[in-house]
Order: sequence, then C-alpha cells, then structure tokens
Amino acid sequence: MAARLKAEYASVSEDFDSSTKIVKFVPLKNEEQGAAQKQELASFEALMLPHLDAAQNLAKWLLRNEQDAQDVVQEAYLRALKSFGGFHGSNGRAWLLTIVRNTSYTLMKKNRAVDLTTTFDEEKHATDHESVNPSALLEQIEDAELVREAMGHLPAEFREILVLRHLEGLSYKEIADIAQIPPGTVMSRLARARGKLKECLAARIGKEK
Amino acid sequence: MNCEEATKLMDGYLDGELDPITSQMIEQHLQECHKCDQAYKAHALLIRSVSDVTPYYKAPAGLRERIQSSLREDVADRSTGIVLRDTPLLHQSKQSEPRAVLFGTQWSWLALAATIVLAAMIAFNLVPRLQRPGADQLLATQLIASHVRSLMANHLTDVASSDQHTVKPWLDAKLDFAPAVVDLSNEGFPLLGGRLDYLENRSVAALVYQRRKHFINLFVWPKESGVTSADEKITHQGYQLVHWVDSDFNYWAVSDVSNNDLQAFKQVFEKQLQQR
Repeated sequence: MAARLKAEYASVSEDFDSSTKIVKFVPLKNEEQGAAQKQELASFEALMLPHLDAAQNLAKWLLRNEQDAQDVVQEAYLRALKSFGGFHGSNGRAWLLTIVRNTSYTLMKKNRAVDLTTTFDEEKHATDHESVNPSALLEQIEDAELVREAMGHLPAEFREILVLRHLEGLSYKEIADIAQIPPGTVMSRLARARGKLKECLAARIGKEK
Repeated sequence: MNCEEATKLMDGYLDGELDPITSQMIEQHLQECHKCDQAYKAHALLIRSVSDVTPYYKAPAGLRERIQSSLREDVADRSTGIVLRDTPLLHQSKQSEPRAVLFGTQWSWLALAATIVLAAMIAFNLVPRLQRPGADQLLATQLIASHVRSLMANHLTDVASSDQHTVKPWLDAKLDFAPAVVDLSNEGFPLLGGRLDYLENRSVAALVYQRRKHFINLFVWPKESGVTSADEKITHQGYQLVHWVDSDFNYWAVSDVSNNDLQAFKQVFEKQLQQR
C-alpha cells in the first residue's frame, strides 16, 4: 500500500509550461501503477509464501477437512494481501497464521461447528486412564494415526494451541497474539490441552485392549 | 515451592517459557521431590513423543499455484480500477460453498468498516468547523455529534415508546432528575422514545421525536442556577439547533428539519408543558 501511494505521488510531474509556470498534475499511468503493485505483490509473496505449509497445517487441524482448509488458506492469502500495508513486523509467519486462524473461525462459525461452543465432553472421555500404565501409553503413541484421532477429538481452542506449540514451536507470546488470548493464559490453556490429549489417548488405548 | 505450584508451572518449565527465577525454583523442587520429578519426566517424554508423531499437513501440490494466480488476479483487478471487481464475490466465478459463505461474512465487515469510516469522516469534518471559541459552540458540536451518532449507530432510543408515561418513568429511573416528557403527536411531532446520552460531563435525557421522515433529538438536563433565559438558534452543516430554558431545565433540540419546523416544535413543546 505504501509503495503504491509513493508511486502515485512520484508521478506528479513538474512539467513547467514556459510562459505560465503552472505545475501540471499528470494522472498516474496504468503501467506505473501496475509496476508498483507488481512490486508489492513480489514482496508479499517473498514474505508470505514460505509459510504456506504452516498456513495449511493450522487450517487443516482447525477445520479437519481438506477442501475447507485449502479454501480458507487461499482466502486468507487474499485477505493478507489486502492488509499487507499494515504489516510492519518481522514475524510473517505469526501474522499470516493470525489471519488463517481468523478466517478458519469465520468458516467454523458459519458452519456452526459444534466444537466451537460445546465444552469438552468430560464424561465420555473420563475413562479409567489411570489404569493404563505410562510405558504402554508411550509405546502406543508411536502410532501417528492414534495421536491424530485423539487430537481431532479435542475442542478447536485446544487443537489450535497444540498445533502452534508442538508443530510450529511458537513462543507463548506468539501464540497469545495468534489465538488472541492474554499471554498469561497460554500456559494454563496449553496445560489443559495436554491433559485432555493424554486422557483421550489413554481412553483410546484402553478401548483397543 | 510446593508440589501444587510446581505442577501448575510444569508446562511452562517444559517449554522454557518461565522467567529464570521461577525456573530455578522448579528445578530445586524437582531435585528435592522425587514424586514431582518422576511426574515431570513422564510428562515431558510423553509430550515430546506426541509432538514428534503429530501429523504435519503440508500444502498439497497446486495450492501454491492456485494462490499465486488468485493474488495476481486480485492485483490485476485493482490496477484496472474496477472497484466492483475488487470485491471477492466476483473475484472468482467458480466458488465452492464455504467460499461463498465466507465472502458473505466479509460483506458485513465491509458494512461495519464503512460505517466507522463514515462516522469518522463526519466527526472529523464537523469538529474542526465548529470549534470556534465559546462554550455554546463546543456544546453544539457535542450535540450534533450525539444526534448524528444516534441515527448512524441505529441507537436512536433505549426505550422505544410513543407513550410518555412509559418513557418518563424509564428516564426517571436512570437519571438523577425527572425531565418532563410530552407526546406531541397531535401537533405533528410524534414521540418515538427516550435515550440516555452524555453531554457536558453529565448524563442527560434525550427525547426522540419524529417530524415526517426526520428525527428530532431533544436533549434535556437541569440548568445551572442563575440562568434565566438563553434562547438561541444555531445552524451548522445543515443541522438546526434550538436552545431554550425553563424554570428547571436546559433544552437543546437538534435536527435536520427546517428552522421553522424546529421553532414550531419548541413552541408546541412549551405549550404542552404549560397546559399540564
């Protein structure tokens, strides 16, 4: 945006008429405008496309549907380009993920995704995981499918925080920004999410036995 | 540090997100408490293992290209200056269902943004022009802003009723004074309701009347002692303001009706009050 504005002002040519000395304002030519926009697009792509996998990963974990995830990622990139003028930071990944996250939630709310509002079903998952011994649990955890399934059953706010920490390795501060929660609550939410994940895993292993 | 505190902070410790002092306190506790140490080690091992095997969904082949081409299209649309095509709805002819739903949402955001921009434009345009010396001018600015805001934000009334006996008790309960409320339907100024507003650093009553398609905000609050008469009319930016006082109250009527209409409003309002 800033680049484009600059280009517009730069095109005010000081075309002095010999007798009257009036500064003429020449409207911006399409090519010049186009060039400025191309430049903006190039820098946008250079900064944001490297985070495409991170965007897809978050959207897929939130929406749990491949097509929705791709739609949201594409939409998020368009939104990001529109507000690229407001991006001054150095953390492109966190900035993009915030947009991906918000776009995902918009869709989830539209789809009336139950997992946004329904609290985690404590009853259903409160199986006697105490009886599962930790080493058995550890062994089973090698099974990626099991972990994927267990995580998929957690509420969105838990999936989101686990993905941001475990898969993206983001700091608590970055997570707070993306998930739009106070920095002080990141640790407690993460602890709850991990606790529930463990319960879910234990319950699943119990079932398999 | 006790076990309970240590357990609470365990995840922060595991993630290396605690401040050095707290971190050291936990470390010390883990050295002293075998139970917590075991629990921490098991937790850390489990979380690391889970993290390691959690699937990472990479962008599928083709998504990057699709995004790039949609970005190009977006830029191209903008540079041709076709404002309409800048809206995402027309952006792509073929849309999947969730996409259409998403854009539907974006429209309502656009509307909200437009409202805010409009409010800002009006506020920024009105305020400097009105800011001439004089308390009344400053007040006039506030009054117009309140009037405009009440129409713009769809918050004309807090209590919507044409019955003065509904509006008056409502206002009395919310304010530390009891303004007179009269219905002027017979005179062509039906009462629409009342609202609380904030002017001159105090809560004031706003009575809302209608004149054909126009609205009149009548702001009422107790007058300061000593003021006997203060009849005044001001015109700004097409808004009319009429000011008068009676034995107890300050009245400011604000509207975009003609000055004659507003003067008529003032007269019938005063007449009604006298008849009571």
